[in-house]
Amino acid sequence: MTAPLAARLEHVSRVYATGEAQVRALDDVTLDFPAGSYSAIVGQSGSGKSTLLNVLGLLDRPTGGRYLLGGEDVSALGDDRISQARGRRLGFVFQSFHLIPHLTVLENIEVPMEYAGVPAAAMRERALELAGRMGLRHRLDHRPTQLSGGQQQRVAIARALANRPLVLLADEPTGNLDSATGLEILALLDELHAQGTTLVVVTHDPHVAARAGRVVRMLDGRVESITARPGGAA
Amino acid sequence: MRFGRLLRLAWKSLWLHRLRSLLTMLGMLFGVGSVVAMLAIGEGASQDAQAQIRRLGSRNLLLASIAPQASSSASERNSTELRYGLLRSAERRIVETVPGVARVVPRRDIKVEARYGPRKFSTVLLGTTPDYAGVANLRLEAGRFLAAADGLERRGVVVLGSVAAQRLFLGSDPLDRLVRVGSDAYRVVGVLAQRGEGTGGTAGTGGESDEALYTPLETVSDRFGRSVVHRTAGGRQREAVELHRITVEATSLEQVPVVAEALRAFLEQAHPRDDVRLTVPLELLRQAEETKRIFTVVLGSMAAISLLVGGIGIMNIMLATVVERTREIGVRRALGARRSHIVSQFLVETLVLAMLGGLVGLAAGKGFAHLAAWFGRVSVVITPASLVLAFGTCLLVGLVFGIYPARRAAGLDPVEALRRE
Repeated sequence: MTAPLAARLEHVSRVYATGEAQVRALDDVTLDFPAGSYSAIVGQSGSGKSTLLNVLGLLDRPTGGRYLLGGEDVSALGDDRISQARGRRLGFVFQSFHLIPHLTVLENIEVPMEYAGVPAAAMRERALELAGRMGLRHRLDHRPTQLSGGQQQRVAIARALANRPLVLLADEPTGNLDSATGLEILALLDELHAQGTTLVVVTHDPHVAARAGRVVRMLDGRVESITARPGGAA
Repeated sequence: MRFGRLLRLAWKSLWLHRLRSLLTMLGMLFGVGSVVAMLAIGEGASQDAQAQIRRLGSRNLLLASIAPQASSSASERNSTELRYGLLRSAERRIVETVPGVARVVPRRDIKVEARYGPRKFSTVLLGTTPDYAGVANLRLEAGRFLAAADGLERRGVVVLGSVAAQRLFLGSDPLDRLVRVGSDAYRVVGVLAQRGEGTGGTAGTGGESDEALYTPLETVSDRFGRSVVHRTAGGRQREAVELHRITVEATSLEQVPVVAEALRAFLEQAHPRDDVRLTVPLELLRQAEETKRIFTVVLGSMAAISLLVGGIGIMNIMLATVVERTREIGVRRALGARRSHIVSQFLVETLVLAMLGGLVGLAAGKGFAHLAAWFGRVSVVITPASLVLAFGTCLLVGLVFGIYPARRAAGLDPVEALRRE
């Protein structure tokens, strides 16, 4: 009766060799991310939560263990396949939005679809639809610098959803926003979750973590605890 | 990603840094411009030389009498007459002994003042044979050239160069009119077509300028005798020159070196005083082509160096751009860009830069060339090949100098790149 897994980490470790010392940023981490789940990853800085996000986002490779994304082992893929998987199966939302400054709102949303080879007409249609859902219909031709922080993060979320990813990864999504705008973004994430999006949010903010169905607490590269929120859709 | 998108993207980011892009383009602009201009000047110079040589006829070999050096004893000069140069007998000897010869055409030059009515014209009277028109490539405007019978009967007939006709007759029909030279009258039987620019300058070597008058060689002997008096700075000089020039036409281009060798042997034996000079236009043509090749290579490489400098400028700016846009590269990688996507993005940007610079450079090169033509009084010829070469080199430079920055951008670690502010 378990939901199919969107992603699964099996005994994953990530060891950095800095000079003579070895840093175990991730140490034998095993985690399941069921489809439609909402997980928060918390921990102090240096606990390995950023490395965990980088590994999940295929930006970094584990030095040990397996990473299954949508059932496929992606830990040994070549760089081209990795890039492709990143663009088509994952969506990123960053703390400082990371929009491309010289592109318009619409063009920013289209970037992942360009790399995925979506035909121009379909791309435009999808971008317009997402912009509409994020309430950006009147900002299509604006540059990121002409938008407020909350609007920029909405563009980033629209961009992350463009290729209908298996997992949406968010790194401190409210970190650069005032609390009111932050709440708006969190409500938006709730809405996406309700619509079936698998979410992984890295945060140190307890209010953000409280929204998730379960909270994964990291310490020294290991999973210290997993807390399911009663009534949460973990 | 589609190519059109890449182009638009490249244009956008170049437009974002307009001044910087413009300055970088200037490097390519001057590079391409100087390549075009240098090649145009080189080509112009060589075509001038070749045209001049071709007018002499590439199958022709020219024997010309030259006065002995002034160093010859003063007594010899002042005493009686100056005797040097080709003899009438040489003509027959060449026909009989030199292989591969089609025609041998003698010529004797007399400085004269021609008159028609009140008009006078100082020029040169060329005594020659009917074959002269063929070897010197003369074309008739009206009437006929000299005929064999003119010589045999020692007729006083004359064919006018186009300038001579214009000067003496001012546009009226000269045919059958009588032109006076000294006390003799010559009936005009033909007028030559204009030979074109530059011929006046070659009168010393070719002699068949638009200003000359042509009459049978026998008529000249008859009316002027063996020797002629020239007024010189030192007084009067009596000169006895049987022939000033013999034009030897080879049967084919392949025969030219054979004939040249035979003529050199003949000169060594018959004219040890060096009073006859042999000119072989074909040899000059070959030399001119060789000179042109070297000239073009030297000028072209100098210009190519400036293209290279332009390329270094491009590489410099692209490296700076990569550093500046590290985060964008990280974001694009996170959104699914492969390394090859990043490479093409930056490479297309470099190529657009090089191409814009190159295109404006082609126009600028044309401008430079015309300026050089105007101020330097040289002829310039812009060939399509030189434009293709300049633009092609420009693109190649863009490609070569663009690859390193582009690969550097693509090689960035996404995690590191995203962390960069």
